[in-house]
Amino acid sequence: MVTETHKPIDCYLRVDRMPHIWCAGCGIGMATNCFVRGIERAGLNVDKVAVVSGIGCSGRVAGYVKFDSFHTTHGRALPFATGLKLGNPELNVVVFSGDGDIAAIGGNHLIHSARRNMDITVICVNNFNYGMTGGQMGPTTPLEARSTTSPYGNIEYPFNLPYLVAASGATYVARWTVLHLQQLERSIAEALVKPGFSFIEVLSPCPPVYGRMNKRSKGIDEMHYYQEKSIVRNGADLKETEITFGGPIVVGKFIDIERITFGERQRKLLDKVHEKKQA
Amino acid sequence: MSGESKDGMLSGEFFMNGDEACAEGAIVAGCRFFAGYPITPATEVAERMSERLPQVGGVFIQMEDEIASMNAILGASWAGVKSMTATSGPGFSLMMENLGLGVMLETPCVVVDIQRAGPSTGLPTLVAQGDMMQARWGSHGSYEIIALVPSSPQEIFDLTITAFNLSERYRVPVLIMSDEAIGHMSEKVVIHPVESGSLIIRKKPRVPPEQYQPYKPDKDLIPPMAIAGEGYRFHVTGLTHDERGYPAMNAEAQDKLVRRLVDKIRLNKKEIIKYEEVDTKDAEVIVCAYGITARIARRAVQLARAAGIRAGLLRPITIWPFPEERIRELAKKAKAFVVPEINYGQIVFEVERCVGGKAKTVLVPNMGGSVHRPETILEAIRAVVQSKNGNRNT
Amino acid sequence: MKLWRTPFDQAEKATRPPKVVINKDRCKGCGYCVEFCPRDTLKMSDELGPKGYGFATMADKSKCLGCGLCEIICPEFAINLEADDNGK
Repeated sequence: MVTETHKPIDCYLRVDRMPHIWCAGCGIGMATNCFVRGIERAGLNVDKVAVVSGIGCSGRVAGYVKFDSFHTTHGRALPFATGLKLGNPELNVVVFSGDGDIAAIGGNHLIHSARRNMDITVICVNNFNYGMTGGQMGPTTPLEARSTTSPYGNIEYPFNLPYLVAASGATYVARWTVLHLQQLERSIAEALVKPGFSFIEVLSPCPPVYGRMNKRSKGIDEMHYYQEKSIVRNGADLKETEITFGGPIVVGKFIDIERITFGERQRKLLDKVHEKKQA
Repeated sequence: MSGESKDGMLSGEFFMNGDEACAEGAIVAGCRFFAGYPITPATEVAERMSERLPQVGGVFIQMEDEIASMNAILGASWAGVKSMTATSGPGFSLMMENLGLGVMLETPCVVVDIQRAGPSTGLPTLVAQGDMMQARWGSHGSYEIIALVPSSPQEIFDLTITAFNLSERYRVPVLIMSDEAIGHMSEKVVIHPVESGSLIIRKKPRVPPEQYQPYKPDKDLIPPMAIAGEGYRFHVTGLTHDERGYPAMNAEAQDKLVRRLVDKIRLNKKEIIKYEEVDTKDAEVIVCAYGITARIARRAVQLARAAGIRAGLLRPITIWPFPEERIRELAKKAKAFVVPEINYGQIVFEVERCVGGKAKTVLVPNMGGSVHRPETILEAIRAVVQSKNGNRNT
Repeated sequence: MKLWRTPFDQAEKATRPPKVVINKDRCKGCGYCVEFCPRDTLKMSDELGPKGYGFATMADKSKCLGCGLCEIICPEFAINLEADDNGK
């Protein structure tokens, strides 16, 4: 009932570039909204936040947030972010990437960065296709879904991203839809302060392409689908969280464990080498 | 006399191979980040860096592939750390897209190519000089790059320091195009400490964050570079951009940006280009050779002089930008240019272009896997002196 | 909650929900705020915004509790809740 006004988040956005390019109903805007609110909730020093993104609609996030941000090449946000973090460990490095960017061309970097437990937070906006190029199928497109390169229905199995990333060694794995605003904001805030590789998959509508080709041409249709079919199951068994076309969507915080990060081991190594020399 | 100080820096005389000398040069130049992937014959650079960087407080990481290595060094550079990677032909090909990103973002960094025989897997353990054109044109789009060619372990040590200085000054990735012969050859390398003032660091912003524009150039066409984490809250992108760093998708912005990216190097060619000349003053035949081939060519020129032929050697140290003006100058007096290289013709085309038909241009190719013999080059010199017609002999 | 008498300071202490400000230059008419407002206070306007999109607008202010869902659900960052100092 009592309401607190949120501080206008315009201070975190490049308002000179508004309105942004995302389509009406696109969930990337909501993911970004939750992201900047998550930063505020986590109380981070905004001068030390660095955002690295790849190519695609999700990749455009870097251009709209008012942090040190880098719009790099397709699939290569993670190695760039690795270099950034190792160059200045005080930075809080966030990677914003789409499903195709991070799991297809960037797949190798995804599993290795998770394996190393690099202290990076990845927010993967999954709209089940390559949106910017017009709606081609991608590694997360559900079986039988239509796209411009699967006009007869997709015959490939999609990745279950939380399963993949957890198996590779990530220490924080969650999946939310853009309808789960409060949970997403909280998840982002948790992931940002947690050391180690954090991965948050955010399911989003893509009304003009994926949505239209799969009979959900309005964002509202996809949002209703999330409303009806999503089930919050924190700590679910990841083997049972795959997404099928029209089927239930298991969301929640799946993994939240402790594991020494690459950066910590690196520091210990430097100390050891330094001691040996002094001796 | 030779030894290591407490802070990990070496000084004195050492016996080491080109790969190791390259790593040591980087450390002297201030490089404190190396990301690489094992590939013959550049692996020793990575191995040496993995051992030495922690000793000087730097970071070494072996990435999952060369593409990741290239991106990681760009990221580290944007965090304010001098960074380097080393590879050979196949890895060099993989790095091309993101070399372009480095050029577009104007990121200082050094990429070392210890060339081996190609194409494709080729001869991993044997020498060639087949990536020279790729160094110039390998990435897509219109851009200018700086590439240096050493011809000894001592020189690769010195040129690595030069490469870092050039990359910081011009905000561009700088390539070191070495080869397996130099990389795996051990010779005396003198390591001397450099004065801290002589190492160049990128220009820093001189205005407060609210007024800073990441791509607003100074008069020398090079913008001051802010790094992440200092409150500048800038945005940079691989898309064609304006001075604010924001994407600008129009022909006008493209024209302005590409011209500046190229001109910042082209207009400063005189400071960048270095070469060495031996006996060229009165030479009627100029041998133009680089890398390991230059050492053999030096011997061939000696033999030619002993046989009464007025031969001289032009050894480019900077291969890109190409020393065009010097070749044009020499072409006014020389009768012929002989270009030995360990490939089937790459730099010879540049020489021919610059000579402009004023003299003959002769390629002495070696497909790779071995180096030339001085006698082979001498034969070509003799042949061109004796031949009557003006066509290029291949 | 039923009170047995009206508190003396009710007028002072009564909460005033913030004002919902919708920036029609940014709104692209996706309709999420309208659809998901728990009190159905918003509607799509009949007019078009400067880019040709329809935009959302407040239909019934009296029902607004200021929960802020519209503010956080808006993909365009077009909605802000501002303190409503009407009458204060």
